[in-house]
Amino acid sequence: MKLPPDFARWFARQGWQPHPHQIALLEAGADSLLIAPTGGGKTLAGFLPSLVDLAKGPHQGMHTLYVSPLKALTADIARNLARPVSDLGLDVRIEDRTGDTRAAQRARQRVDPPDILLTTPESLALMLSYEQAPRIFGALRRVVLDELHALAENKRGDQMMLCMARLRGLAPGLVVTGLSATVENPQALAEFMGGAAIIHADPGPDPDIAMLPTARPAPWAGGGGHHAIPEVLEQVRQANTTIIFINTRAQAELFFQALWAANEDNLPIGLHHGSLAREARQKVEAAMAAGQLRAVVATGSLDLGIDWGAVDLVIQVGAPKNVKRLVQRIGRANHRYSAPSRARIVPANRFEVMECVAALEAVRARDLDGDPRGPGPLDVLCQHILLTACAGPFDADLLFHEVRNAGPYRLLTRADFDACLDFAASGGYALRAYDRWQRLMLRDGMWRLRDPRAARDLRMNVGTIVEAEMLKVRFRGRGGAALGEVEEAFAASLEPGDTFLIGGQTVRYEGLREMVVEVTRQPARQPKIAVFSGVKLATSTQLSQRVQALIGDAARHCVLPADTRDWLALQAEISSLPRAGVLVSESFAHRGRWHFALYGFAGRNALQTLGLLMTRRMEEAGLGPLGFLSTDYALLIWSLDPVTDPAALLNRHALRDGLGDWLASNAVMKRTFRNVATIAGLIQRNLPGQRKSGKQATFSSDILYDTLRRYDPDHLLLRITADEARRGLVDFDRIEDMLDRSPRHDHRMLDRVTPLAAPLLLEVGRVPIAGQGRERLAEAEAAALMAEAGLA
Amino acid sequence: MTSHAFDFDRQRLQARASGALFWPARRWLIVADLHLGKSERIARRGGALLPPYEIEATLDRLQAEIAETEPRCVVSLGDGFDDDAAGRMLPDQVCARLHDMAAGRTWLWIRGNHDPAPVCARLPGTALAELRDGLTLRHEAGEAPDVSGHFHPCIRLAGQRRRCFLVGERHLILPAFGAYTGGLAIDDPALRALVPTGLAISCGTRAMPVPVEPAARRAGTARFRPFRSR
Repeated sequence: MKLPPDFARWFARQGWQPHPHQIALLEAGADSLLIAPTGGGKTLAGFLPSLVDLAKGPHQGMHTLYVSPLKALTADIARNLARPVSDLGLDVRIEDRTGDTRAAQRARQRVDPPDILLTTPESLALMLSYEQAPRIFGALRRVVLDELHALAENKRGDQMMLCMARLRGLAPGLVVTGLSATVENPQALAEFMGGAAIIHADPGPDPDIAMLPTARPAPWAGGGGHHAIPEVLEQVRQANTTIIFINTRAQAELFFQALWAANEDNLPIGLHHGSLAREARQKVEAAMAAGQLRAVVATGSLDLGIDWGAVDLVIQVGAPKNVKRLVQRIGRANHRYSAPSRARIVPANRFEVMECVAALEAVRARDLDGDPRGPGPLDVLCQHILLTACAGPFDADLLFHEVRNAGPYRLLTRADFDACLDFAASGGYALRAYDRWQRLMLRDGMWRLRDPRAARDLRMNVGTIVEAEMLKVRFRGRGGAALGEVEEAFAASLEPGDTFLIGGQTVRYEGLREMVVEVTRQPARQPKIAVFSGVKLATSTQLSQRVQALIGDAARHCVLPADTRDWLALQAEISSLPRAGVLVSESFAHRGRWHFALYGFAGRNALQTLGLLMTRRMEEAGLGPLGFLSTDYALLIWSLDPVTDPAALLNRHALRDGLGDWLASNAVMKRTFRNVATIAGLIQRNLPGQRKSGKQATFSSDILYDTLRRYDPDHLLLRITADEARRGLVDFDRIEDMLDRSPRHDHRMLDRVTPLAAPLLLEVGRVPIAGQGRERLAEAEAAALMAEAGLA
Repeated sequence: MTSHAFDFDRQRLQARASGALFWPARRWLIVADLHLGKSERIARRGGALLPPYEIEATLDRLQAEIAETEPRCVVSLGDGFDDDAAGRMLPDQVCARLHDMAAGRTWLWIRGNHDPAPVCARLPGTALAELRDGLTLRHEAGEAPDVSGHFHPCIRLAGQRRRCFLVGERHLILPAFGAYTGGLAIDDPALRALVPTGLAISCGTRAMPVPVEPAARRAGTARFRPFRSR
């Protein structure tokens, strides 16, 4: 395909020159993957072949399907496409379809699909589960997968690629185009698509990126970057529009409040994160698009999405955690494609200073990080099989071959497929208890739903995102305004009268009514810290190792700010500095508990596993471990009695022995199981408005996990859970690697918290250990309560 | 300590860590809300196919309690079956196992809201609406004083949710003994109304007593884990 003259004229009228990658995509006749930085006209490049094709004459049925990870993006794309379509006088109907689309509109789309449909992976999976799917998608020519790098990071991508395989079956000859930001391994992403030709756009000039110098040094520990408020405000003042990225929602709230407290010029600054009510977020997005805001404080909620051309500065507050994400965030400051993106980094504490320095080195070296993708997860396949049955009877052999056309499942074995099919049909239990009540029955060689009414429940469970339980927050009173959501665990920790921050304001907790957190305004009070968390980013292995190398090499400390140098010097004086070949650990008492800190630099997942294994050995040794937490650099365990000989606890044979049983019974595995069981359709996800208080019928997925382990240890879902943990959460190889790299132990017994350990005490994500220590505490608590009540 | 002794309605009773109530004077073992056949019932109604091991898991625990206490009489305090059909559909080997467990002792099924019909002929024992014999035993708390189940009380202790007995002046409420049973926080209004003050005895590896106070600040509101049955 060539660019037709009327399209060339349209480009000229805009004062644009088509980018080479836009032309390359137009000329590509088969599946392609376009790698382009933000602002490279990626979306238009994706749609250009469809528009050119549609300009040739009318098309019967849906021509192009666009899939994006964000609902908000679909509406935005619809608006942006409207302009060329109307300028060129094309007779093209464009509609979006997401969870927000009205039922009547959705029903109409099933009967009379638009030329171009914009949707999300979940809505696509849902549409494919309808009997009408062959009619809706039969005439489809092209698919555009936007922000593919983001979707490929999790199970949403696996589900989407299964849907692509299905679409290829319904519409032979389909051409799929993936659009992606810069990634470390384009070839792997192309394979994820099931094979595609890679087109690289000009990456543009190197970014202008540096640490933001601050008058006050970063604090010793914790901190949300508040020491940098004056400098950040000054940067905002000098730029047109700034996005200030912060890693967690709670920190974003606090930073936003601190920024406004110092905002004497009343610069219009907004707040955007995933826990805010949708209306609040949309208001900020609209103001941003209209150029009314000078800055937005945001979390990962703005990593993707609407491309605001006016953004000319990105400020990253807190450690960037991951070089690739940092590069993508920097790319958001793209007011001119040909000009370098400008970004400043603000470390929130002295540990993060080192990570920022290491990340800047990596960005300059264009050394992106990332972990290779594992094979397509089987829980997603289970859901896909059930949803396929909702659309109509299917033949197992044909479905197996179709699934193998999906990139992530290209190496799927027939045995695994059959296990998933058996799970979907009968539960897949060793005890064949459900022969009468199978979900899927084999009749006339085709698998089908035993009870077609089950389709409704299966469709309700569509999707691979399993959220923490969230509760809505509203002002008390009739029709009180919705403020956002908090995690249920956070809500349960509140007592009436407690205050917390949400949506930039301090509110007072009044009570819980019908599963809604009711609050009142509480302007002038210091809030209890809001601990509701968003997505927690994990620092990449590559970056952790860069940091370790930096700390261990005193000759390179000259690149660090003076206060960080002092801090490391203090650590060296009080305790010891982690360095090549030496595993440094410390035992110290803090608030009545013994703490053990180990500086392993093996990444969060490996250190989490190590935490599970070490606490098991501590339990055996009678040290009464109570819990632990892991960061990317260090492991912190607290216990009733101190660790005195870490080398014995770190004996690798003993650690390996522990992998089996202890690992299987811990909270991390239970959390993983809950996600797997929800996605596979064993347990029904909670839908808004479905939860009622005071119902006894609900029970924990932990019970199912324990029951399966005891009575059916080879069950498919336990296998998936273990696989997932091994790949994601366990990472035992890296523990062995750490022990190999650091054969010498340097353990210090101290009477105080050390400089390096201090930040660990403030980390979130604690994993409790249910052992003798916990039992001893519960007994003490019960006894204390009895004594207090005069009963003991 | 696998049990905690207390007095209720002029009787000395033992709350066992398993969630069973033992009445030493009579050698009676009382368990509430077994909900046998729950996974079968959910599957029958077109819901999820849960691990079909909850009968085995529940009876394993009940058998262990019988072995330890050697009761003269075992009482299921209502909702012994997740519904009447679940009672009728129990596999043959489960019926045989129940007969073994009931051999040489009396077995009583108090009816509950889930299992109102007379007990099926394949099972041991007799079904009753309620029993007044030294103590009043019924499924759902009524005219005081009585011993009942139904609510599946739970308490949070040291950050963990545990099943518990609720011992008040007027009512004694047992935790659910069945494997697949959720729970209701003891400060839920429904339980508050029945047991405003008294003692909660938490289950687990040990039976631990905790006071229940009028303005209990301890537990939060009713909290539920993500599982939802139908």
